[in-house]
Amino acid sequence: MKVIKEKHSLLMRWTHWVNFPVLAVMIWSGLFIYWANDAYGISIFGYSLIKFFPEWFYDYFHISSRLAEGMAFHFLFMWFFFINGLLYILYTIFSGAWKALLPNKHTFKEAWQVLLHDLHIRKTVPPQKKYNAAQRIAYTLIILMGMGSVATGLAIYKPVQFYWLCWLCGGYHFARILHFALTIGYVFFFIIHIVQVALAGWNNFRAVIAGFEVIEEKPQLKHEPVITEKTENKDESKR
Amino acid sequence: MKANANKKVKAPLTVEQKIKRRTFISFGAFGAMGLGAVASWKWLLAAPEETPGITGGTRVPLRRALNKTELFFRNFFSNKHLVKTYPVADAAKTPRVNSLIGIEDDENFDADDWKLTVKFKNKTNQYISLEAIKALPKTEIVYDFKCVEGWDEIQHWAGVKLSDFLAHFKLEEEAKKQYMGLETPNGSYYVGLERESILHPQTILAYEMNGKPISIDHGAPLRLIVPVKYGIKNLKRIGTMSFSNNRPRDYWAEQGYDYYSGL
Repeated sequence: MKVIKEKHSLLMRWTHWVNFPVLAVMIWSGLFIYWANDAYGISIFGYSLIKFFPEWFYDYFHISSRLAEGMAFHFLFMWFFFINGLLYILYTIFSGAWKALLPNKHTFKEAWQVLLHDLHIRKTVPPQKKYNAAQRIAYTLIILMGMGSVATGLAIYKPVQFYWLCWLCGGYHFARILHFALTIGYVFFFIIHIVQVALAGWNNFRAVIAGFEVIEEKPQLKHEPVITEKTENKDESKR
Repeated sequence: MKANANKKVKAPLTVEQKIKRRTFISFGAFGAMGLGAVASWKWLLAAPEETPGITGGTRVPLRRALNKTELFFRNFFSNKHLVKTYPVADAAKTPRVNSLIGIEDDENFDADDWKLTVKFKNKTNQYISLEAIKALPKTEIVYDFKCVEGWDEIQHWAGVKLSDFLAHFKLEEEAKKQYMGLETPNGSYYVGLERESILHPQTILAYEMNGKPISIDHGAPLRLIVPVKYGIKNLKRIGTMSFSNNRPRDYWAEQGYDYYSGL
């Protein structure tokens, strides 16, 4: 029979969804800023592999010659990005939710099993609580990346007043590269995240909006009344 | 107790019903907030542009945010925070020339005839020759010049510390005002700087680059080097200097950039 199981807290859902448009605006306005000195690319043995970014990309998204506008948006939305991220981190620390998030001593072994399972190489489902091992690593990493963006961002925004932070980030020049690389990282994370969410299905997706997931429990005659009682109580406390 | 009373009237919701109900409420709230976000974004995009004045060229709410953010970050400013300096050998041999506004559009300029003009409120002027400025103690700096566009370059400049200059030419009283305005001789490029940046110990009026007199393109005969600001505030070929308690006009602030532009 079906049972409602609470999964994501309201604050986790709120910060998750607020972050989405805020980060989108940060990347969009960040491109306006980057355009003014688009010095980065990837080259191997002197052969230029990728240039960030080709002309058609700037044209398609109307990025050219909007530096001032980009800075104005960037330096407003940075506050929302920072405050939203801070809220999530404080909540995760003080609620104890970090226990389900941070990798533990089993995680790296299990993450390998998750990978094999996802690639249909291994049949057995790896152990999982709220997040499986691969999710623990990915979701912890993305929070660290967010902190990295704030730190490197502040380092290139006020490199003189926060000279110590600029030094920690490897100096002004390197901090700007890091700040850019992290953004490219978000794009990759986003793509993989969307695919994984699509594969995980409706129950998983609904949990990030409604907070609960529905699980199928085998009827156990002896315990059944206890279980239903439990869900009822939970539901009432929500009202 | 209330819940119990309800139960007597209505049959308790089945698990199915609870799922439907909570899903409906959550997605409804989610959709409503999504629409709210879209509406706010559209409002911001369509917000009117500020009336051109000391600042201009950007949307009113964004300018307000820039100014508020400036005030917040000015709290962290200290003249004890120094820009990192480098050995002379690290300096670029041919430093980048990025902009020639106020230089290329001034055909009548004669460097030999140049004198710095200090303008006072009472319409009187003080003229200071390059020789008089060069007679003051020289300050050198090799630091990472940062452009608002995003590039940076280690450059080697020398000149007189602005605070020394103000003290020597008895301009300290005048410099108690909140802002200093600098303009090119033809007035086509101009910047405003707040007092704390003017008095920063690394701010200089430069007449030498890489140990030689500054070239025309780099702002001969005298230019501003203010390492606590982006390059846009480092005015080349200073013509006039003035002091005010209001923000002096600023070329890039009129075009949508932050007035402060401090690092």
